Amino acid sequence: MVPTLLIASIVIFTIIELPPGDYFESYVSELQAAGESVDPKRIEYLRQEYGFDKPLYERYFIWVTGMMQGDFGYSFEHERPVSEVVGNRLYLTIMVSFVTIIVTWLIAFPIGIYSATHQYSWGDYGLTFVGLLGLATPNFLLALVMMYLANIWFGTTVGHLMDQKYLDQPLSWEKVKSILEHLVIPVIVIGTSGTAAMIRRLRANLLDELEKQYVVTAKAKGVPPTRALVKYPLRMALNFFVADIGSLLPAIISGAEIVAIVLSLETTGPLLISALQSQDMYLAGSFLMFLAALTVFGVLISDIALGFLDPRIRMQGKVDR
Amino acid sequence: MSALPPENTGKLPHFVSKEPFDLESIEKLTPEQERIYFASQLTLMWWKFKQHRVAVWSGVFLAVLYASIFISEFLSPYDMTKRHVKDIYAPPQGIHLFHKGEFVGPFVYPYKVTRNMETLQRVFTVVDKKPQPLRFFCRGDKYKWFGYVKSNLHLVCPPKKGSFYLLGTDRLGRDMLSRIIAGARISLTIGLIGITVSFVLGIVIGGLAGYYGGWVDMIVQRMIEVLQSIPSIPLWLTLSAIMPATWSPILVYFGITIILGLLDWTGLARAVRSKLLALREEDYVLAARLIGASPKRIIGRHLVPGFMSHLIASATITIPTMILGETALSFLGLGLRPPITSWGVLLNEAQDINVVAVYPWLMLPVLPVIFVIIAFNFLGDGLRDAADPYK
Repeated sequence: MVPTLLIASIVIFTIIELPPGDYFESYVSELQAAGESVDPKRIEYLRQEYGFDKPLYERYFIWVTGMMQGDFGYSFEHERPVSEVVGNRLYLTIMVSFVTIIVTWLIAFPIGIYSATHQYSWGDYGLTFVGLLGLATPNFLLALVMMYLANIWFGTTVGHLMDQKYLDQPLSWEKVKSILEHLVIPVIVIGTSGTAAMIRRLRANLLDELEKQYVVTAKAKGVPPTRALVKYPLRMALNFFVADIGSLLPAIISGAEIVAIVLSLETTGPLLISALQSQDMYLAGSFLMFLAALTVFGVLISDIALGFLDPRIRMQGKVDR
Repeated sequence: MSALPPENTGKLPHFVSKEPFDLESIEKLTPEQERIYFASQLTLMWWKFKQHRVAVWSGVFLAVLYASIFISEFLSPYDMTKRHVKDIYAPPQGIHLFHKGEFVGPFVYPYKVTRNMETLQRVFTVVDKKPQPLRFFCRGDKYKWFGYVKSNLHLVCPPKKGSFYLLGTDRLGRDMLSRIIAGARISLTIGLIGITVSFVLGIVIGGLAGYYGGWVDMIVQRMIEVLQSIPSIPLWLTLSAIMPATWSPILVYFGITIILGLLDWTGLARAVRSKLLALREEDYVLAARLIGASPKRIIGRHLVPGFMSHLIASATITIPTMILGETALSFLGLGLRPPITSWGVLLNEAQDINVVAVYPWLMLPVLPVIFVIIAFNFLGDGLRDAADPYK
């Protein structure tokens, strides 16, 4: 996990450094375009202060060691430390992703089981088609349409993750309620594509499992159908369900970014875009780093959960996917 | 072998049947069986593929779509950049066949444009008095086919002194249908070019990892892990944001396709690697090695064909991600930019919630996106089943 994050940090740093120029260049040219004069001494001072005159590898080193000590750099655009800018939004991103995964599971699980046990039935075809439709519809458009429909049907103003008045307030019951209300649409929108993929994979896995001989044996010796399904095949399929979080999480976070931009949620998405556009490199880099770390942690948690679920994996000492 | 040897009388004499030996004497294959048993791998795959009806139809649908991008100018009723200043935000015009119970052939009713003085909106009302028949194989807006051949032939043209907006017009009064047809050219090819990039990368990198093993394999594995752990859309955003704004739209187009391809090869590389590792242990590879085939021949002649079909199938399934990726990037304004027209660029105009409410036809470019993605999914399913015809 640590080496993965380390390589990820190198990749991200390279990408962030790729564009020619830095924040100060675009900042200066912006000010000049607005007809203001800039004190070159101040810019020079800032450059030195933040190490922009140093060679690339040294800056990378400073960035990484800083992150290890909890110093994520300084956002030039917001003129505040990155950790302050990101802080709250990161929690919200984690919350949205977490809730989405739970909802995805809750929906995908019964449907996947139904599809597998009723293979080639009308229900199976219908659900597969609906799932495909969810996979094929661009998330951002779905978000727009849902926003519109919610506005018409329920009269709620959608967009944002909570009522604006709660934005900087401490956590209260009212705030939680407001967040929950606003969470419904993002979760549905982000969840659709993940759910569809999940259903298809659960169905395939369970089908493989149902064909195996021990199921036939169980049926032959008269185990009731539900028990013959739940006791072993489902447990096996559940394994993969947990393991799959590794591929589900990046997809959900990806989807969440776009949907967040459309719905102007207070998560990391919109900030990331603006940071990218103004070459606010520490902010953008730390964002990507956070997202990568989030996925890696997610995978780690799923691996640990797998260990609990399946003694064979625990004994083997590694996850065999 | 109808002649039996003589009865056993002690020592057996040497016996050779005079009759010619018939290989098929034990079991004669009927022509039907012969056809099946001696069918080549490709034929078998084709048979298996044909069983998946939906996949076949999806394939036909996609083939037609891809063929259409060669003649998109001919298919579109208008020049996609032409602005019809009088018909800004015109709603879709329906095609009718019967006028007052009388068959006229395909025609449209003209619009009457008024302005609602309260909301200052243009109001289009259909005047169903005089049908305006459509013209077919007609002369319309001029275009240059692939930039060289000048022509003005169209499949459908608006009626003389009339308009034909099957899918409405946008905020500059440009015909949506023509723009969607033109957008297909970009949106469909982006998937193909992107998949080519990722295909080459995937085979080379995965092949190296699978063939050499050891530390090469280690590095490749770690790289794949890292790339897969970074959520793709933020990464796309970053990469496309760093493309200089001074690039010409064509360069941006290639930049985007390469970005999409650069981040997509991981899955393919993993598949190539695991397949190579698995196939390397097969008996026929061992046999080839014992006969003295060179590694080059083993890889090229025996290993690659073994997993190529799987690769093509999994590549087909990843094309939709690329098309969706382009759409998402363009929608956010970080992908392609006008004058290049793709479905994503068209959807960029539908970014506003007002559009959904007032001009819903601006969201129509999403339909071809959905159809193409579903078709690719079915086609990929069919190909994946066909890739292993012995199952």
